[in-house]
Amino acid sequence: MRIIISHQSGVPFYEQVKEQIKASVLSGEVPQGEPLPSIRQLARDLKVSVITTTRAYNDLEIEGFIQTIPGKGCYVKKVDESLIKEQYTAEVKTALAAAVRHGKLAGLTTQELHKLLSEAEEDI
Amino acid sequence: MNNVNNAIEVKNLTKNYKTFSLDGISFNVPHGYVCGFIGENGAGKTTTLKLVTGMVLRDSGEINILGKSADEPSAKKDLGILFEQSHLYENWTAINIEKALRPFYENWDSTAYHGYLEKFSLLQRQKVKKMSRGMKIKLAMAVTLSHDAKLLLLDEPTAGLDPAARDEMLDIMRGYIADGDRSVFFSTHITSDLEKIADYIVYISGGKILFSGLKDELIEKYCLVKGGVKELNELPESKRKNIIGLRDSGTAGGFEGMMEVMNTGGLPPGIITETVSLEDVMIHSERSRK
Repeated sequence: MRIIISHQSGVPFYEQVKEQIKASVLSGEVPQGEPLPSIRQLARDLKVSVITTTRAYNDLEIEGFIQTIPGKGCYVKKVDESLIKEQYTAEVKTALAAAVRHGKLAGLTTQELHKLLSEAEEDI
Repeated sequence: MNNVNNAIEVKNLTKNYKTFSLDGISFNVPHGYVCGFIGENGAGKTTTLKLVTGMVLRDSGEINILGKSADEPSAKKDLGILFEQSHLYENWTAINIEKALRPFYENWDSTAYHGYLEKFSLLQRQKVKKMSRGMKIKLAMAVTLSHDAKLLLLDEPTAGLDPAARDEMLDIMRGYIADGDRSVFFSTHITSDLEKIADYIVYISGGKILFSGLKDELIEKYCLVKGGVKELNELPESKRKNIIGLRDSGTAGGFEGMMEVMNTGGLPPGIITETVSLEDVMIHSERSRK
């Protein structure tokens, strides 16, 4: 797992920590059952406040990505497939909405947009 | 002892001087975290710290340190103190300092002290007067860390340090609270240090507490509002009076101020909002007070 904090992005630190851990879990890079660094150790290593990492872990727990076992620490939970699908679908929707907006600005027709989508699919 | 929730509890603390008074202030510093103490010069930060340590006697009110009344002699045992004015005698060396100070501390740990001297690259036989400001502060910090204190009270520990030395100080604090059973309460003007390290903030202004709580809560409570003078003049008075520390930018034809996020609904599109920094909060609050 790799977490990098940007001081210039304007995104709150806890959000950055949360999103990067989430990405590592979703990509399978950090497998299920893997222990995560303790809240205080991670805060120290990232040079952020303890509340920042506490907030990130709390959010991840609420969203079902990690599990805290009192006195033992935090672990990556078994992420069910539907949750992953849901997460990625949400991202697809956001990206498509942006694409449609840009398409409108460029004056593209629906057909042209569909064609671009098919081309993008073929490219990957 | 291990189950205290607050490292410091201050209730209705009052101290009157001829030209300045602390006006029945109350705040808590949660245990296990770093809490920043901010406020402009003369707001009462050092006075408050001196009252908590007992260096100055209060007129009235209550102070608890780690669950004990500050008046109990044993409450002081767990305190580590560092004030802006160095208390270390100029002709002493690190070795002399240990000899002179260790009898005062029940839990003095000589191994830890020498460990810190080495870690901070301090020479054992160099006199205090030959040391740079950064070295003096690190030496005082080594003393403070070597008697197993549970709570550090630091008065502007990063003032006058270069960026690298400041970063080192912050790292020392992070390491100090890492086990969750130690706390740091420190005053500073360098709000960027607090953005990096503080979990909680106590903000004092003119002898009164303006805010005490989570740093994120303070920053998320407010936002900056900016726009043209024209939009400002068209704002209904009910909205306008919510702008804190309003200032117009003269020939540039704009204005800038701060607002509580909850009051920003219904602003015209010509007025933009931005997230605040701690510095913004201080600047606008002080401006509105004057």
